[in-house]
Amino acid sequence: MSWSEKILRVDLGAGTCTSEPLNMEWAQDYMGQRGLATKYLVEETDPNVDPFSPDNKMIIATGPLTGTIAPTSGRWSVVCKSPLTGAIACSNSGGFFGGELKNAGWDMIIFEGKSDTPVYLDITNDKAELKDASDLWGKSVWETETTLRERRGDNDVRVASIGLAGENGVLYAAVVNDMDRAAGRSGVGAVMGSKNLKAMVVRGTVGVKVKDPMAMMKTSNTAKEILAENAITGEGLPTHGTQVLMNVINELGALPTRNGHDVQFEGAHDISAEAMAEPRESDGEANLVSNAACFNCPISCQRRSKIDPSHFTVKDKPEYQMVSGGLEYEAAWALGAACGVKDLDAVTYANFVCNEQGLDPITLGSTLGAAMDLYAAGAITSDDTGGHELTFGNTEVFVAMVDATAKGEGFGKELGQGSKRLCAKYGHPEFSMTVKGQEFPAYDPRAIQGMGLGYATSNRGACHLRAYTVSSEVLGIGGKTDPLVTEGKAGLVKAFQDLTAAVDSSGTCVFTTFALTGDDIAPMIDAACEGDWGVERLNEVGERIWNMERQYNIAAGFTGADDTLPERMLKDIAKTGSAKGSVNRLDEMLPEYYQVRGWDESGVPTQDTLSRLSL
Amino acid sequence: MLKALRMDSDTCTGCHQCEMMCSYGKVGAFNPAKSVMDVSLYNGGAVNIPSTCTQCEEAWCMVVCPVEAITINPTTGAKEISAEVCVGCKVCSIACPYGAINYDADSGVVTKCDLCGGEPMCVEACPTPALAFVDKDSTGYDRIWNHVTADLVDCDSTVRH
Amino acid sequence: MHYVIIGAGPAAVAAAEKLRVLDEDGQITMIGSQAQQPYSRMAIPYYLTGKVEESGTYLRRSSDHFESHRIELVHGEATAVDAAGHKVILGDGSAMAYDKLLIATGAEPIIPPVAGMDDPRVQQCWHLEDAERIIELAKPGARAVQVGAGFIGCIILESWVLREVDLTVVEMGPRMVPRMLGEKAGNLLKTWCESKGVTVHTGTTVETIESTQNELNVVLNNGEAYPADVVIVSTGVKPNVGFLQDLDIKIDQGIEVDEFMQTSISDVYAAGDCAQGLDFSTGETAVHAVQPTATEHGRVAATNMATNNSFSYKGSLNMNILDTLGLVTSSFGAWEGVDGSDSAEIYNPDNYQYINLQFKDDVLVGANTVGYHAHLGVLRGLIESRVPLGVWKERLKKNPVGLMEAYIGVTQEVAGSA
Repeated sequence: MSWSEKILRVDLGAGTCTSEPLNMEWAQDYMGQRGLATKYLVEETDPNVDPFSPDNKMIIATGPLTGTIAPTSGRWSVVCKSPLTGAIACSNSGGFFGGELKNAGWDMIIFEGKSDTPVYLDITNDKAELKDASDLWGKSVWETETTLRERRGDNDVRVASIGLAGENGVLYAAVVNDMDRAAGRSGVGAVMGSKNLKAMVVRGTVGVKVKDPMAMMKTSNTAKEILAENAITGEGLPTHGTQVLMNVINELGALPTRNGHDVQFEGAHDISAEAMAEPRESDGEANLVSNAACFNCPISCQRRSKIDPSHFTVKDKPEYQMVSGGLEYEAAWALGAACGVKDLDAVTYANFVCNEQGLDPITLGSTLGAAMDLYAAGAITSDDTGGHELTFGNTEVFVAMVDATAKGEGFGKELGQGSKRLCAKYGHPEFSMTVKGQEFPAYDPRAIQGMGLGYATSNRGACHLRAYTVSSEVLGIGGKTDPLVTEGKAGLVKAFQDLTAAVDSSGTCVFTTFALTGDDIAPMIDAACEGDWGVERLNEVGERIWNMERQYNIAAGFTGADDTLPERMLKDIAKTGSAKGSVNRLDEMLPEYYQVRGWDESGVPTQDTLSRLSL
Repeated sequence: MLKALRMDSDTCTGCHQCEMMCSYGKVGAFNPAKSVMDVSLYNGGAVNIPSTCTQCEEAWCMVVCPVEAITINPTTGAKEISAEVCVGCKVCSIACPYGAINYDADSGVVTKCDLCGGEPMCVEACPTPALAFVDKDSTGYDRIWNHVTADLVDCDSTVRH
Repeated sequence: MHYVIIGAGPAAVAAAEKLRVLDEDGQITMIGSQAQQPYSRMAIPYYLTGKVEESGTYLRRSSDHFESHRIELVHGEATAVDAAGHKVILGDGSAMAYDKLLIATGAEPIIPPVAGMDDPRVQQCWHLEDAERIIELAKPGARAVQVGAGFIGCIILESWVLREVDLTVVEMGPRMVPRMLGEKAGNLLKTWCESKGVTVHTGTTVETIESTQNELNVVLNNGEAYPADVVIVSTGVKPNVGFLQDLDIKIDQGIEVDEFMQTSISDVYAAGDCAQGLDFSTGETAVHAVQPTATEHGRVAATNMATNNSFSYKGSLNMNILDTLGLVTSSFGAWEGVDGSDSAEIYNPDNYQYINLQFKDDVLVGANTVGYHAHLGVLRGLIESRVPLGVWKERLKKNPVGLMEAYIGVTQEVAGSA
């Protein structure tokens, strides 16, 4: 119940699809999605595997709540070893693909090996087969999804695919489903591309059953009521989306700007939620068309946007003159503030390209920002960039570079390697705003201390979605903590990391935690799943997952020395805003963090900790 | 006063929670494929339109049924299918010009909206005002019906009303 | 006012009920030749498969339905109509006077002129009694040859397969259900049936049926012969109008009726399978021997009988839906296309899926589908409302599966792309 108890194993080398039972013991210990898929990866692969080797596996996973009536139950994950970081990769997406996969009767798909020729996986309930995708190779996500839907002759199929970025091995390529929902981070799309797997098409009509349907209804309704009444999930996110943060974070002085040189962006308002909703001067229409929801989500934070058809980015490209997934806060920051670009439609265009060709906008924007930094320092010149003046805020060149990266042309090929490799190549590794090789997102660790610790210790490299302490440090959820203070942040980060790991393994969206606590979430899992699920167990599962990921990374060669932040965050003071004069004081938090984690001074989980967590 | 479903595309977010609850009510599992409420996405997901049977006066499905498997619930006014009586001939599914009655191969009978006996689960599930159970005359169905009734045979009432 | 209806099928029952609504005081008499309660031929295949019992085929559930609506059911056979005398002559020689008469006698099977058809092991599948006889003959393992793969022929295939009968189908036309499905659809259906273990011969006729005591031997015009324990003949139907031979009434393929469903004789109407009425698609007249037409005819005829021809009928849309061993096929209107029409098509033989849409300008005029059963009714809605498809036509040409989206898009005036 709730779990389908079935895994689809796809051997791309042999071209076979076989069904096998889900390991239910593991399911009880790791739930699903992020935790359970990582458990399988840990058990089945060598942590030192070359991420692009056929021996790396790519696991697509739903959670036990995916496809149930629990609010936001559309989540699914892609787990593999990351080509960007060399660490564990776990990217999470919404939309409708995950619910459909679950409804087809599968908890997970494990892809192994590599196909000789491009293929796609075609699933209708228990029937799964690999099909030739030669004609789809070279096509965008949008073309692929449309073509497959038409080919299948069923408008209700759901598709997840890669665009050119995944095919070309862009190290931060995404897997995109439902046209513009993405498992965006850590280059999972590049791993998919390396396996010659273009797409997955799913139609599911089997249905999802739960342990106690009446309890499921009751607990889900309670959760829905809480979500509806909450100011963020009931009002802020539906109305403004995640972009509600742009002006808030900028005013706080926590908006990393121009590759972290500044913490406030003079163009922040121009790329904010408020600006998206304002009619443009040019055509009188607003960038924002509407909000929309992922599967079974009452929050509906998605943005649907449309660029002015006469805007320079799209005026000769009718395929972009339609509605697509609009700017989320992280994308608006990366493609805007991090590059000093304040043209809303240009930033939206860059985001559309990310949707279309499958790119992580955070790493793309941050890498472009780093390249601009290199250009400003004279480390690269227009000889390197194909004649382009890659200065901060140069909108036309920014757009040209986005296109070049998506298509793997010219300097775009170098941008496709991410900022760590780019900056190292040109002699300024300190220009890369990364942790463990992954670019950090839209919260400056100098102004929000806990986020710095969160970035430094995140198992997949810098990430806001592993420990969103902004909730506490800025928004005051669950008790306000001072963002400039380091005291207590170790415990705060750990608590966020553990609960988030559990939520990411359940099949629901971490955005629910703006309103729901573990006490609200556990009863839904308990209603759906075999076993007794209380909040303590939820946290324990989360902690177990966190430590398992850590162990994987250690085995892959990471050490405590990798739990750090870019020098700029640790040495260069914030010039303005609430944190003026501050740096991130990671050294005050990290030892305590290791301690509360039950790890030794070098950041290795102690034997006691491992046995306490049955690892 | 008879009530009916008001389906409003302006406030529909396309979350499909109505389909989830509908399927649960119909088959006891969360399975949007079994829902008789359908949400269609338009314009890159910017417009979402919920649709189901409008319990139309003409009741094309009921009139054409060769075995009287479709009858009117006197309390709700809904045209309801008796799964015991339905033989699965599917004639109703081509007779309904709104495409609101469909054959379900798993059960071997046709399915359609029956207003859940007067407490529609889709309305309960909807997180926005997109679905509401309101006075039959304030549903705005006219614009749906007008397209079809203008040219089709007038079968205003039948002996079984 | 005495309304007399000859026949007790769907058209007759729909008419009787409509008459009762429109004329509270009128006298309504339905003359039925079958012994049972009025039943539906649509349900016979499901009676054959055992899904329903005989009572499950009845057009109306309640045993006193007709009585409670003051519709008198007379068991008898009409042998002639005396139009001048406003009388129906019955088999027992009696006469029944009418003020308004509706002929709704339906159709009867065509028996092909082949030697050996008179053997008792050769069966029609038309009346309930036929079904009962077939159930006796079609034992598991029995060898059956079905002559004809038209609508009825296909719909009863399932009952043979469920009964584990070794089945061979012989169809004269170039494909299965040639009058309902185009080439690709009809051949896809054939492949489907073959994949289910049924032997199908198209473009083939039966030369003769040889009988011995133990078995039949069905000899085909291609030289092959199939020994059989039972032969089912399902080679189409013709209007049941033989009893009108002495009446001066216009009969072509069926009894010709005008837009009021009135025949060439005043006060005499015809409806259902025996009537050749207006065809919505062509504007000509045609016999549409299908259930939706029968009920519509019945109600239109009744309306005009009760109201002195107040309702002008735009004609019936020929449409049908067929479930053959689980594969659903459908046809609507001018599925073969019309002069100057263009079409949209999706063809996935591997998945047994096919859609063909026929457009005249930007209006849908006809369709064939295979392997789809969701929202098919919108095909009727789009065709019969003659709604201009506008931008949706090109979208449908690109992706014919998006019918429901197109329908809602058109009727609710949604702009933008799907």
